[in-house]
Amino acid sequence: MSQLLEVNGISVTFDGFRAINNLSFNIGPAELRAIIGPNGAGKTTFMDIVTGKTKPDEGKVLWGDMSRNLVGMNEARIAQEGIGRKFQKPTVFEDQSVEENLLMALRNARGAFSVLFWRPTDADMTRVRELAAEIGLANELSRKSGELSHGQKQWLEIGMLLAQEPKLLLVDEPAAGMTPEEREHTTDILVEAAKTRAVVVVEHDMEFVRRLNCKVTVLHEGSVLAEGSLDHVTANQQVIDVYLGR
Amino acid sequence: MQRSFLMKNPSIMVFLAVLALFTIVVTIGSEAFGAGFVSTSFVKTLGKTLCLALVAVAMDLVWGYAGILSLGHFAFFGLGGYMIGMWLMYERTKEIVAASMAEAPIPPTPQEIVDGIGTQIFGVVGSAEFPVIWAFADSLFLQLVLVVAVPGLLALIFGWLAFRSRVTGVYLSILTQAMTLALSLYLFQNDSGLRGNNGLSGLQNLPGLDDISQDFVSMWFFWGSALALALGYVFAAWIVSGKFGSVLRGIRDNEARVRFLGYSVEGYKLFLFTVTAMIAGVAGALYYPQAGIINPAEIAPIASIYLAVWVAIGGRGRLYGAVIGAVFVSLVSTFFTGGQAPDIDLGFYRIQWVDWWTILLGLSFVLVTLFAPQGMGGLFDLITGRRHPERHGADLGPDKGSLQEEEAER
Repeated sequence: MSQLLEVNGISVTFDGFRAINNLSFNIGPAELRAIIGPNGAGKTTFMDIVTGKTKPDEGKVLWGDMSRNLVGMNEARIAQEGIGRKFQKPTVFEDQSVEENLLMALRNARGAFSVLFWRPTDADMTRVRELAAEIGLANELSRKSGELSHGQKQWLEIGMLLAQEPKLLLVDEPAAGMTPEEREHTTDILVEAAKTRAVVVVEHDMEFVRRLNCKVTVLHEGSVLAEGSLDHVTANQQVIDVYLGR
Repeated sequence: MQRSFLMKNPSIMVFLAVLALFTIVVTIGSEAFGAGFVSTSFVKTLGKTLCLALVAVAMDLVWGYAGILSLGHFAFFGLGGYMIGMWLMYERTKEIVAASMAEAPIPPTPQEIVDGIGTQIFGVVGSAEFPVIWAFADSLFLQLVLVVAVPGLLALIFGWLAFRSRVTGVYLSILTQAMTLALSLYLFQNDSGLRGNNGLSGLQNLPGLDDISQDFVSMWFFWGSALALALGYVFAAWIVSGKFGSVLRGIRDNEARVRFLGYSVEGYKLFLFTVTAMIAGVAGALYYPQAGIINPAEIAPIASIYLAVWVAIGGRGRLYGAVIGAVFVSLVSTFFTGGQAPDIDLGFYRIQWVDWWTILLGLSFVLVTLFAPQGMGGLFDLITGRRHPERHGADLGPDKGSLQEEEAER
């Protein structure tokens, strides 16, 4: 099976601190993957590199069937290639309505001129309503997203990601600050999304990872420490030493 | 589609109606067409004010919607004025030169006329040669093209350099201010080709229309300014109405997030910066024929700072706010600095408003920023009920914007 994303020997140093150290791993086209690791293991930096926010000192990030190198592309270009990202803190446009947030994320032309003349079609509005229903915000479409609760904002951001229809979804701590019921709903959305695309979840919470029931990659000091099912990695002595044992 | 756009934005209809009413009242009251209770000089003041309102709308697009605090839009305004001023001055001087040479026994050759114009225009800076930049000064059409092309091109080049390097916030403001200062200092030089600190003058006289009194000319420019403001306002409202406006406000609030949605933030900023520079150029081209004179002092950074003050006082992020701010502050400014405001005698000190007005203005700017960030436009929210979510009590979630105790209880 060909890989969707191939991270190949990347390293990055911040002021002498090696945040990522010769990191390599692959993600398949419709795969759900959890990345765990202690603080400072390089989880967020890895996402920054894939999405173009941080340039690695060396290494390649190969993408898609054509194996194009994402290193050197800007953030907007990479997003257009089909990589969506959800941040740790929910970042939605608080001054705008839920509908406007979703419309902006909807997969359509991104150029300034085409956006200037773009007006939503019936199909677009239908899609927005579907997404809103999926993330439980069907009745909140006209509300300003700043008025939503924390959990609702998290969902809105997930909804925006789904609206982008990315081939790869990078999700940073999606369950932070959610109630148990909300977590369950979030798990469902992610598992459902992973049926048609690759989803990479960075998470601290082991219970949440267990519920995702997927392959796990453990990062430590910027490289892969262990990979496999959750039971497999949690049995690994090194993993227990650096992460679980603490 | 056009209708539904206006229907969806009733504030545009209200604005256009108010502007039309204002234009009609001034026309009826003008010395040219009616009762004469609005003097010609006041018609010019009002016409100029409409031009300032137009450049304020441009500023609001850039600052209020996209969050780019440009301190350079008055430079674009001034450049527009210079471009139309070149044609006005050239053609007007040509008439004078041709008339004086017609007395001579041998009819002048075209070259002699051009030389005569050059001596007339540039004698004041010790030159008689036409600089290259005056190449199109004899063509109204080309100079009108330059009115939008020169500010647009400058904004495009400057914006490309600045936005590409991801200069944002206060650093960008400083850069734009430096550009404005550099341009103004350059124009102050006699060999800049635009008559140094003398500037271009006599712009109120339209070539070939000597017989028509300023009473009428002022009204034409007043109507032109009103029309330009109306068109500019509708255009600006159209730009911000759809998804483009959403993206702009997104850039203002969280630039990085917009990038991760796949929008090229730099492209949007560059587009908006250039378009608004062009609008500013048009506004300037209508303003300076009414003012009669333009010189490099008009482009000085302080003018662009005033522009930011108007928009802040009027209310950022709403187009009518920018118009209200520009009209109100510039008219009040005219009142205070024109010596019309009565001095206040405190016994030990006499407050002369000509001197104290800037302090009053600065103070109101600070107060508005601190206590009424919505500006004067915020008053309309009291009527329409468009309020920001009220925030009381302790946070329920870890995020600043999440529901808070008292809201949840309601």
